Amino acid sequence: MKALAATFLFLALTTPLWAQDALFDDMGRQPGIDKLVDASVDKYLADPRIKDIFSESNIDRIRAELKDQFCVVAGGPCHYTGHSMEATHKGLHLTNANFNALVEDLQSAMDSCNIPFATQNRFLARLAPMQHQVVTR
Amino acid sequence: MRPFIRALTLLLGVAAQPAFADDLFDGGKLLATGGVSQVEGAGGGGLANWALITGYGTRDGIGANVHYTAVPLPDYTLQTAGVAVGLFDRLELSYAWQGFDTQDVGAALGLGRGFTFHQNIFGAKLKLIGDAVYDQDSWLPQIAVGLQHKENDRGAVIAAVGGKNSVGTDFYVTATKLLLAESLLVDATLRETKANQFGILGFGGDKHNDYSTQFEGSGAYLFSRRFAVGAELRTKPSNLGIVHEGAAWDLFAAYFFNKNLSITAAYADLGSIAIENDQHGAYLSLQAGL
Repeated sequence: MKALAATFLFLALTTPLWAQDALFDDMGRQPGIDKLVDASVDKYLADPRIKDIFSESNIDRIRAELKDQFCVVAGGPCHYTGHSMEATHKGLHLTNANFNALVEDLQSAMDSCNIPFATQNRFLARLAPMQHQVVTR
Repeated sequence: MRPFIRALTLLLGVAAQPAFADDLFDGGKLLATGGVSQVEGAGGGGLANWALITGYGTRDGIGANVHYTAVPLPDYTLQTAGVAVGLFDRLELSYAWQGFDTQDVGAALGLGRGFTFHQNIFGAKLKLIGDAVYDQDSWLPQIAVGLQHKENDRGAVIAAVGGKNSVGTDFYVTATKLLLAESLLVDATLRETKANQFGILGFGGDKHNDYSTQFEGSGAYLFSRRFAVGAELRTKPSNLGIVHEGAAWDLFAAYFFNKNLSITAAYADLGSIAIENDQHGAYLSLQAGL
């Protein structure tokens, strides 16, 4: 009993704060997030406004890192081990229009994954401040 | 105001060069984040001004739009047509022409049936701090300051109803925040004004002739990327002895077909205007732009 209580305490202390909410569940947990990442990366690569950004990238690695990152952002039980947002986007000279194109493709991918609009916005609200690190031009 | 129009023509002319236009008119903002055109031609809701810079230009580009608004009230008709540009998501310049047709009331007042007040409204808005969309990790709203200079062409009638001036300038500070996780947009604006009925009945009056601080605010719920429904309130000074001027409010729905076209429909209540009470009815506005 004591061990169980200790385990709960350990989990409570090591889990990020926003993990307490239901967003990870509402996005279909890891299978839902994997599907979303694949759908959105497909859209990025097909979007003439931004596809050139990925011309030198390892697309498989981007998919894998995004799946971890989206899981963490949604409050899921994952660890993001990829590079920081600053490091990944440094040197890409992304504009605000590039960032918004990524957002529009992600929104369209969330539509195709049948994620309700209000849930989409809860997720986007957590991604939105990344504009400060991603847009460097 | 000539230099203003010349600058606008030059700007639109330069931007019309094909290759340059694509870069400059980047259309890079997210759908609806330029707002629609408020009743005096600024980027905002219907009655209320917002801190958002009009159009779809990002901080690297320019947005521009034209709009037409009609408010057919029981005893009057208000129409506005205008053009606005948003420069680098920082500065907004707008011009609107407003016509207020008194219909039968004009005849009753001895002005003649269909007597119409006109206003030219020149606006400028400067975004100071904050980003309504991206700063979701902070409570800081997007804050802008601006002015609307209004010139009314019916000085003699304005003087006859107790108005002190046919020209006036409003100054405002506005704060707008998208509460994205809640799918809500909220706005609060403070306006220093002497305008009687937005300036349609002139500026200042026999009862009160100083600037006063008035409030305008909007709240909107986003049902989708294209569709928002909300409510607005705008208080106004009561400067004229002939009638008490109350607050105006509306319930609106805005639909964005794409970044080039939006339509706003509302039920608007403008209260008492001159000798007629209960001026409420439909409000319809179309905006087309880049």
